[in-house]
Amino acid sequence: MKLSTETQTGAELQWHRIKLIENPLIRNGLALLAVAYIFWSVGSLEIEWARVAHGLPRAVKMITRMIPPDFGRWQLLIRGMLESIQMALVASFLGMCLAVPLGICGAGNLVPKPVYLIARSIIILSRTFHEIVVAILFVKIFGFGPLAGILTLTLGSTSFISKMLAEDIENMTPGQIEAIRATGANFPKLLIYCISPQALPRYLGVSIYRLDANIRHSTVVGIVGAGGIGQVLAASFSRYDYDFSLAILLTIIALVFLGEFFSNWVRSQLR
Amino acid sequence: MTVRQNIEKYPEVWHRFSPRETLMRYVWYLGTVFVAVWSISKLDIPWFYFLDAHVQAKDLAVRMWPPDWDFANQLVKPLIETIHIATLGTFITILIAFPVAFLAARNTTFNALTWFVGRFILVASRSVNTIVWGLLFVAIFGPGPLAGIWAIAFRSIGFMGKLVAEAIEEIDKGTVEAIEATGASRLQVLWIGILPQVLPVIYGTTVYRWDINIRESSVLGFVGAGGIGILLYSSINQFMWQEVTVILIAVLGVVIASEFLSATVRQRIS
Amino acid sequence: MLEIIRLSKVYPTGTVALQDVSFTVDTPQVVTIIGPSGAGKSTLIRCINRLVEPTSGKVMLDDIDVRSLNRRELCKVRRRMGMIFQEYNLVERLTVMENLLSGRLGYVGFWKTYRRKFPPADVVAAFKLLDRVGLSGYQDTRADALSGGERQRVGISRALMQQPDLLLVDEPTASLDPKTSRQIMRLLVELAHEHGTPALVNIHDVGLAQSFADRIIGLSEGRIVFDGTSQQVTAEVLTEIYGEEDWSTTIRKIEEDNDQDTQKGASKHKDRMTRETAA
Ligand SMILES: Nc1ncnc2c1ncn2[C@@H]1O[C@H](COP(=O)(O)OP(=O)(O)O)[C@@H](O)[C@H]1O
Ligand SMILES: [Mg+2]
Repeated sequence: MKLSTETQTGAELQWHRIKLIENPLIRNGLALLAVAYIFWSVGSLEIEWARVAHGLPRAVKMITRMIPPDFGRWQLLIRGMLESIQMALVASFLGMCLAVPLGICGAGNLVPKPVYLIARSIIILSRTFHEIVVAILFVKIFGFGPLAGILTLTLGSTSFISKMLAEDIENMTPGQIEAIRATGANFPKLLIYCISPQALPRYLGVSIYRLDANIRHSTVVGIVGAGGIGQVLAASFSRYDYDFSLAILLTIIALVFLGEFFSNWVRSQLR
Repeated sequence: MTVRQNIEKYPEVWHRFSPRETLMRYVWYLGTVFVAVWSISKLDIPWFYFLDAHVQAKDLAVRMWPPDWDFANQLVKPLIETIHIATLGTFITILIAFPVAFLAARNTTFNALTWFVGRFILVASRSVNTIVWGLLFVAIFGPGPLAGIWAIAFRSIGFMGKLVAEAIEEIDKGTVEAIEATGASRLQVLWIGILPQVLPVIYGTTVYRWDINIRESSVLGFVGAGGIGILLYSSINQFMWQEVTVILIAVLGVVIASEFLSATVRQRIS
Repeated sequence: MLEIIRLSKVYPTGTVALQDVSFTVDTPQVVTIIGPSGAGKSTLIRCINRLVEPTSGKVMLDDIDVRSLNRRELCKVRRRMGMIFQEYNLVERLTVMENLLSGRLGYVGFWKTYRRKFPPADVVAAFKLLDRVGLSGYQDTRADALSGGERQRVGISRALMQQPDLLLVDEPTASLDPKTSRQIMRLLVELAHEHGTPALVNIHDVGLAQSFADRIIGLSEGRIVFDGTSQQVTAEVLTEIYGEEDWSTTIRKIEEDNDQDTQKGASKHKDRMTRETAA
């Protein structure tokens, strides 16, 4: 009896071992390469180990300075948070609007090849640079403040939502589109009667996810002077007000936590 | 006779939504627009900045062109460092993210408290931007790539942990039960029943996150955490716009290459 | 009504899917097109409403040369051709009623479409059809909650909502179990006859084709190799369409099936009549 269960376990074990690469030589070779890479890269990085050695005590010191978090300047905190949220809301809204045409044009099964290629290049290009780089360029052009931040976040949201939308449309079963076309519906009617009902829930889900992401990203555009809580955070760091920094970070975490609940709730409503 | 009556009985109108639902829909539309308009009106945006924006943009473009190609050979080392930061950060992430995901998945966590701790770690990690993590680790380790590696790792844990936790929650319960039925310990169940099932997800998200991390590590230098960002930041601060162009082109190349690589690998996996 | 003249299709991959196909449908009859998979049946059907662009040849619907139409005119002609698919191809997240009404999209303006405001006549017709195909009460069910047979009933109703001059049907039963297949085929044929609409039905099941067709066209490697009545389908004909095989059992089985089925069908029809008079 006992023996049989054991062999069963053995069978289970083998059955569920999913081998990504069948050839053991290549698989082990890749693992070896990975280890070799770690040694090479760590060796080639210029790390001042002397400074690192002080790291742990310094971390302890920093943490003791952080705790307890200082919510004393809550007015500044609230104002910065509110500005971040407002920036995120505006950027998400604009992104949602702009992403619809761009996403549709980026769906290869709906539009002619040239339109598709142009839309896809716009999406790829606007995704390439980190928002901090984009934010710097926008600060250069539009000056310091939330405007540059909004534009940065809008660009990111547009490309993200439109990429998701385009992929979603491309993954739709071609049959439904074909069937609606076969009834004699023109392109606009195809969009509102077939594409939109099928793509809407995920589009809204992605948009809400993006709102949540924009709140997080708004902290970083602030570091280069594009408004929001990030500016307050960067200032507190440069003044070694670590306890205030922690208060800000905790507030951001709480907000993102709430945002997650909210977006889960909305998505569950969208089934 | 009866058939005829039936025909007359067919309704002439049909509504997809009840009036209440229709109203709610318009309330949502209006509410969304209202929120956007309210937000933008509260932000006191200096709209006149738009007036000379094109002048500024043109000025910037003129100063950025032509690229200072001689600068390019100074970029090789920082670029390699950027890739190293992303890759090593991603390695560390795998080691930490899996145990955390195990805690944050409802079906594998120990109790409500451990579940909450797992979730909190994931949310905290994702809420704090890589750059902000960079600030923290530079304060701890001093400026340099090590701070960058940890910043990348700490931000990626939330990303990967969340996806892996979701994958764990969706695994085939039958397999797990079959292994539990053999009297295997919790660790064995984890190792034999769960890990193999989520392994493709782990590989997939790792490669995906690595590609994002390349982008992130290219700007970590702004807070002193190593990589090409250090050069980019100093060039911007010194208004060496022609150098900036070269750096941006180089970053563009690396990012597109890594995105291509990651997409190919992910396609192979699935 | 429908005239196909020397129609050919070569896919960009180089596959010759149709070669010189010509035939005419001029009475309201049910024409089944049989042939092995890859024979070009789907291609033929799709060339007629230009979901696939033919390479050469003519498709004439009454006096309209379908191939010469521009986009706008094509939409107009597509309204006159109802199409039914193997995979039903309903818009999954829409309700049954919305799917039926999508058959009227060619006639309703953009805003009315957006607000789902269809003319009363269309709504009445839709309710009537739902009743006819045995789905009364399903109007607010979402398409993704239906079984295969129910979906195909909706698919058929959607096509009939167009009040088409021609039905194009691509493997309507290939995703259904044998019993449901027969029910759906019977419904389809009855409805085509009721409305006096000619139907072109692709099917790979010879038995089904023979039971329900007024006329059978055999397609093999993109060419028409047979055109006649079900009685004329012999072992030799099947060999020509499908290749060498012992067809005796297939044919005999079909005949038995046929007998049983007509009986069952008749009794079922009677059932329905008595139910309706009782109500
Ligand atoms: N979109 C396409 N591109 C290239 N070849 C195709 C395409 N669709 C069908 N074919 C080819 O055309 C031939 C006929 O296909 P089809 O009309 O689908 O046959 P049937 O419906 O009789 O099974 C097959 O060889 C098929 O591989
Ligand atoms: Mg076919």
